Amino acid sequence: MLPPVDYIELTRATYDELGYAPYRWANRPDQPPWTPLTKKLTDTTVALVGSGGAYQRGQVAFHWRDDTGIRLIPTDQPAADIRVTHFAYDLEPAREDPNIVFPVDRLRELVDEGVIGGLAPTAVGCMGGIYSVRRAEEELAPAIVTEVMSMEVDLVLLVPV
Amino acid sequence: MSLVARALEAAGVPTLCLTSAYSITESANPPRAAFSDLPLGNTAGRPHEPEFQRELLRRAFTAAEDIDVPGTIIDTGMRWDAGDAWKRRATSTGVSRDDGGEIDDRRQRLDIPQYQDEADRKAAEAAY
Repeated sequence: MLPPVDYIELTRATYDELGYAPYRWANRPDQPPWTPLTKKLTDTTVALVGSGGAYQRGQVAFHWRDDTGIRLIPTDQPAADIRVTHFAYDLEPAREDPNIVFPVDRLRELVDEGVIGGLAPTAVGCMGGIYSVRRAEEELAPAIVTEVMSMEVDLVLLVPV
Repeated sequence: MSLVARALEAAGVPTLCLTSAYSITESANPPRAAFSDLPLGNTAGRPHEPEFQRELLRRAFTAAEDIDVPGTIIDTGMRWDAGDAWKRRATSTGVSRDDGGEIDDRRQRLDIPQYQDEADRKAAEAAY
């Protein structure tokens, strides 16, 4: 079994071959902020946030150049109307089954199974691949924090691509 | 996503990041992460395999309960398949061609909405 694909090293090699300056990945070696979980999993209400570019049919799609907007997607209906757009991964599988980047159907099933206590009625779709770390921290993160704070959830599940 | 996780956690909301890009997550260092060794674009599991996807989430949530050291990445043990073929494909930069020429096949990062299809564009334009 090969080790995990090292995308940082892969991007460095690709940019080298193309003659570009190295991509600047977010690097935060300090200890991350920490909020303890207070409830048992079975009592925990979860909010879904995915950065695979998910939006709902009828919403304006994300663009591909540092789009720091968010889309609010209801979680009480099947993922059939969820669309995905992104410049950096193979979209075809996710367009056939959005749950692989935005697992809203699976989370609803885990509530039914009793694994988690509940699912927030609204999920947040956003766009990864924002080249500006500053804009990710100053625009995208606060927008998501504001949205999540209004939900009264116990845990946020973040699904990057 | 790790940066968003850190912001949420600083605001008092616990988080769990799924990931299939170990080195990127390790670098950005979110409070809690659950790694599954899957190709890019399949972070939450193999397509059209609901039980695989549910099991990935069950293991990830269990990890969220278990992690008590900030910055921990646990391995869910979920794998794409028994082989390594997808990793060999994924680790080619795709830049150098056999004929010695070079291609840059990265998609252009356009700043206009990129709809999944034309019907989506019409649906959105009707709504806004």
